[in-house]
Amino acid sequence: MSNSIIEVKNISKKYNITHERGGYIALRDVLTNIAKSPFAFLKAKTKQAIGLEKKEEFWALKNINFDVKKGEIIGIIGRNGAGKSTLLKILSQITPPTEGEITIRGRVGSLLEVGTGFHPELTGRENIFLNGAILGMTKKEIVQKFDAIVKFAGIEKFLDTPAKRYSSGMYVRLAFSVAAHMEPDILIVDEVLAVGDVEFQKKCLGKMEEVTKQEGRTIIFVSHNMAAIERLCQKTAVMDNGQLVFLGKTSEAIQHYTQNVAVNTNATNLIDRKDRKGNRNVLITEIDLENESGEKISTVRSGETLTITVAYKSKKGKEILKNCQFTVSVKSLSGKQLFVCSSELTNKQPLDMNSDGKIKCKINNLPLGKGKYVLSALIRVNKDIEDWIEDVAIFEVENGDFYGTDVYSSYWEGESVLVKHSWENN
Amino acid sequence: MTTPTTVIRPKKIFSFSDIKEIWQYRELLYFFTWRDLKVRYKQTAIGVLWSLFQPFITMVVFSVFFGGLAQIPSNGAPYPIFVFVGLLFWQFFSGALSETSGSLIVNQAIITKVYFPRLLLPISSVITKLVDFAIASLILVGMMIYYGYAPHLIGIVLIPILLLITFMTSIGLGLFLAAINVKYRDVRYVLPFFIQMLLFVTPVIYPASIAGKYSWILAINPMTGVIQSARAALLGTAPINWLLIGLSFLAGLVLLIVGTYVFKKVERYFADII
Repeated sequence: MSNSIIEVKNISKKYNITHERGGYIALRDVLTNIAKSPFAFLKAKTKQAIGLEKKEEFWALKNINFDVKKGEIIGIIGRNGAGKSTLLKILSQITPPTEGEITIRGRVGSLLEVGTGFHPELTGRENIFLNGAILGMTKKEIVQKFDAIVKFAGIEKFLDTPAKRYSSGMYVRLAFSVAAHMEPDILIVDEVLAVGDVEFQKKCLGKMEEVTKQEGRTIIFVSHNMAAIERLCQKTAVMDNGQLVFLGKTSEAIQHYTQNVAVNTNATNLIDRKDRKGNRNVLITEIDLENESGEKISTVRSGETLTITVAYKSKKGKEILKNCQFTVSVKSLSGKQLFVCSSELTNKQPLDMNSDGKIKCKINNLPLGKGKYVLSALIRVNKDIEDWIEDVAIFEVENGDFYGTDVYSSYWEGESVLVKHSWENN
Repeated sequence: MTTPTTVIRPKKIFSFSDIKEIWQYRELLYFFTWRDLKVRYKQTAIGVLWSLFQPFITMVVFSVFFGGLAQIPSNGAPYPIFVFVGLLFWQFFSGALSETSGSLIVNQAIITKVYFPRLLLPISSVITKLVDFAIASLILVGMMIYYGYAPHLIGIVLIPILLLITFMTSIGLGLFLAAINVKYRDVRYVLPFFIQMLLFVTPVIYPASIAGKYSWILAINPMTGVIQSARAALLGTAPINWLLIGLSFLAGLVLLIVGTYVFKKVERYFADII
């Protein structure tokens, strides 16, 4: 027997994209289709049976291999849609893999969502029992830990109030508190720390750290919060397009992620990006960053002028695009939204645009500290989202003379927003 | 050291380990049932009394219209108690069937986030309805005292068997519908209509004898056997027909096996398509 607590061998997961319109199929439609064209139906069925039919296949995961040793905390990072959540769902047995095998030695607790199964009509006390049971605790365990759970959540006064009367903060605290008191051998945690206030997040991270150190629990942890990953995990896996592209020391993994994965710069042709949302009648074709003199750049200094050029193209011929709104947003590498620049905010009149062209967004006095930042871009026409690409470009900010004093901010290492201000001596 | 080892593979074949697994998760089954009961009565003014009120009023209305005005025969027993025995089992059956078939959809938020044997959800739905049955039986006890019926020993022995048949029939059919419901949501529109139709081909408001020489057709429906036998055992309207009970049991068993098979076959993919 090897000493790995989890062995993942050649895991792949395929989804068939058969119904584009999403949602569920109505039996009625299937039946009417059969009645309308019985031969087409038979033909499709035979094709399906002998495997000729061209199904649109989508491999959410492809050949994932890794081992986890007892007591390890493994982080998983990757862009949206990279397959992180699918992997966690397979590990927690919610959905089966299409190929491959996973051996798990121990009790698994999965926390893919905070407060799974919480019922608004039930009181806090009742929800603790229900949620605990759903998360796999025995009644005895819940009774034992009941007081600790209540204390951790700080909801003593509201124990017998229905959960629907809770503030969202209380709700999350209670839910997380139940989860934090699970004692499985392996804990699988998805982006759950993203909710709740910062103070409570810290408390939870602390609790998770404490538990792993003392009791040697194994944790698999997915997050966009690089700081949390860095603090908790010794090893981190980087996923991209359903594949495991890196597995190793956390610092190296984060470096790999920011350089190669965070923004898909290898696919330089923005037009090839598939991870777009919206109607896609108008597409964003290029994003460029320019400095004051109009040169293309990828690094800028705090306090300088940054111009973001969005090139777009309509698929509907030469028709003028009426009522357009352009938006770019800036977030930190850890995924925190910092600010949004939108023509909706700056231009009272919506813009009428040519069917093919460029628009520039000029940011004076770039209020960002040293670090790396990620851009997202969005085009709306008549309030409808036409194209929306997240993580469309990445840029770096070097220290610069933001305050006009020749003094660079040294208070904060890492991504942050700078604000002009003054101190007055009264 | 006893560390449970789980192997996750593309497809799992139905095995007896499933039954073992349900046993391991029995506490969760209890909590699901407890939740359903608790939530149902939380926002109602008269709470648990609904379980008494509903069958009672139905019985009164049926007695007035079918027994009183339409003069439907009741094999010698007073019509109210005759129809109530039928209603008691019928409401358990129809309630369990509709709750079971919707159980996965209602709990989809949990299904997509946590693993547990999915069979727990339909099973807990039926148990919830069994609790209703138990509460509504109190009315029957009252009526039996009022009309002066003493239960035979055989009747008391027979009731659990009849409940088992009802359980198998409703959960078998319910599992089948629940599995289809995940993919085709038409089920929830068809089902109320389907149940209403079933009511008329089951001898709830009339005795099976009314169908004359075609009454054997009714016997295909396992609920016919259940209701006929319940009346025979409790009211002595007719001798107990063991063959009919045997047939109903068999039909119920077949439904249970088919339903479980279909359910297990699509179970693993619920989270993907729900």
